[in-house]
Amino acid sequence: MEKFDKLSGIAAPMPLVNIDTDMIIPKVFLKTIKRSGLGANLFDEMRFDRKGNEIADFVLNKPAYREAQILVAGDNFGCGSSREHAPWALADFGIKAIVSTSFADIFFNNCFKNGILPIVLPQEAVDVLMQDAEKGANARMDVDLEAQTVTTSDGEVFHFEVDSFKKHCLMNGLDDIGLTMEKAASIDSYEAKAATSRPWV
Amino acid sequence: MTARTLYDKIWDDHVVHQAEDGTCLLYIDRHLVHEVTSPQAFEGLRMTGRKVRAPEKTIAVPDHNVPTTLDRAKGIENEESRIQVDALDKNARDFGVHYYPVSDVRQGIVHIVGPEQGWTLPGMTVVCGDSHTATHGAFGSLAHGIGTSEVEHVLATQTLIQQKSKNMKVEITGKLPHGVTAKDITMTVIGKTGTAGGTGYVIEYCGEAIRDLSMEGRMTVCNMAIEGGARAGLIAPDEKTFEYCMGRPHAPKGAQWEAALAYWKTLFSDEDAHFDKVITIRAEDIAPAVTWGTSPEDVLPITATVPAPTDFKGGKVEAVQRALDYMGLTPGMKLTDIEIDTVFIGSCTNGRIEDLRAAAAILKGKKIKDGMRAMIVPGSGLVRAQAEEEGLADIFKEAGFEWRLAGCSMCLAMNPDQLSEGERCAATSNRNFEGRQGYKGRTHLVSPAMAAAAAVTGKLTDVREMM
Repeated sequence: MEKFDKLSGIAAPMPLVNIDTDMIIPKVFLKTIKRSGLGANLFDEMRFDRKGNEIADFVLNKPAYREAQILVAGDNFGCGSSREHAPWALADFGIKAIVSTSFADIFFNNCFKNGILPIVLPQEAVDVLMQDAEKGANARMDVDLEAQTVTTSDGEVFHFEVDSFKKHCLMNGLDDIGLTMEKAASIDSYEAKAATSRPWV
Repeated sequence: MTARTLYDKIWDDHVVHQAEDGTCLLYIDRHLVHEVTSPQAFEGLRMTGRKVRAPEKTIAVPDHNVPTTLDRAKGIENEESRIQVDALDKNARDFGVHYYPVSDVRQGIVHIVGPEQGWTLPGMTVVCGDSHTATHGAFGSLAHGIGTSEVEHVLATQTLIQQKSKNMKVEITGKLPHGVTAKDITMTVIGKTGTAGGTGYVIEYCGEAIRDLSMEGRMTVCNMAIEGGARAGLIAPDEKTFEYCMGRPHAPKGAQWEAALAYWKTLFSDEDAHFDKVITIRAEDIAPAVTWGTSPEDVLPITATVPAPTDFKGGKVEAVQRALDYMGLTPGMKLTDIEIDTVFIGSCTNGRIEDLRAAAAILKGKKIKDGMRAMIVPGSGLVRAQAEEEGLADIFKEAGFEWRLAGCSMCLAMNPDQLSEGERCAATSNRNFEGRQGYKGRTHLVSPAMAAAAAVTGKLTDVREMM
């Protein structure tokens, strides 16, 4: 997995609340057996008409935001299905960080497995960042995972919380499975114990 | 010992390792797998030369892509769907996990097959690359959806890296009024808490109205815990739970059954256990519910009228305007005046035998409205067989419903069962998102009885008037 350290990029405003994973990547694109290439269909039904033409007023189609690496979004971003195709599509498009007041649980976890940093901030902070994102391509937002800060183009700094283990994995691009396999002895002894205490499992 | 919630107890019994920062490695008792979210995980195992650690605890069944038409033995027409189902077939055989192929009468929606076959039992941890894994919480098992990276993690290690959630109690006091069902409970709760109200929590549903529900009803309630944003929904196991589990193919037998029963009877929240959030709803205040918008929190009693964006605050104002435009509705119109083109009865929310019985009770001796497209998709091959044995299938067919084979079908329209642009559907499924049932399709979530009523009248209908 790609390491996440610092990011300086264009932020796209998506103030709509409850942006769900069906919007992020509609089900017709879930039929792939690969992880790659989904960026072309990110937000497909909002981004393109039925003939495949771009819908001009969708934020990521506007010239200022085509290279966006950050999304500033409304409440409860990523709700709905568990499809990891959603963060795969976002990452493939080039999105590396998302700011919102809240994220749906499964989506939130899926982001960390794919080098995307979901940042939770209070409403007042998100409002300021949303306004900053509205400024377009000249306004670059800075994200520093080590320092746990987001900085607006005007230099206003917001501190965010992040789980220490998730931060460590993201900063070092670590593979969870490899880490867990180092604990194989603990799993073995748990299984041995459970075989006696809950043998029907 | 300090008082613990049901969630605390199940959690404690599954901790393999706890790090200093509180991050836990949690043991997974059952891993359910379907074709959409697993191919990349199996591919990951192959690329790293890893095996499935516990194939005997891993159960695979195709459900999302499978056709539900009676001629499905001829194969899947859509190439991508076929490749995905074929990939599951190959992966299940290569890695030696339990498998119910499309041709097996036990095949069905993974969340219906698991409990039906006795894989899901009280006190277990159950995961699946599918958000509606919450369904299994009805047994007092800790069950939730995971992403594909986590599917690979569970396949390789039979564990999951987890942070503990907070405890929420949702109590439904008293008795449900006539004509009000489990679906109306779970939708009403989401209407009250919002789709993010449960974020960061595991919900335990309790109270007389929950106790009174059958196992099928409890599965309906827990199924939509995810729509309330919760990691999982739980209901403490009781005699109904034990009775449901007894004799299922993979439930324990003999002395092991007795040992299991003794353990299961310890699975309840202690009297003084702490809940971080408590919500209480009186059952008598719940009416048949229906969604009007494009989020499951956009829910109202069937007797209500379509709201206006100005009835809301903050970011929801824009979302409601967008939802009304999408749904083609005008503020102030009565919900019972909304005309329906299609009725879909099925899904992991409402595709069990009790749901079909509820629909049949309304449809008996009636016909669906002229021009109505109506289908019933049982949740498993065994539900289908039972419905045929009970004579329900005849009632559906005589009423004008299509009687399908098992699968996820029009709940998410990955197979050919889809809404066309502007088509309006009363559905017993769980999500009314934009495009969920087909591009520009319009979904109103309801209970099976309400869906049946709408099929007859051609409009959203208060089913109590037909009882």
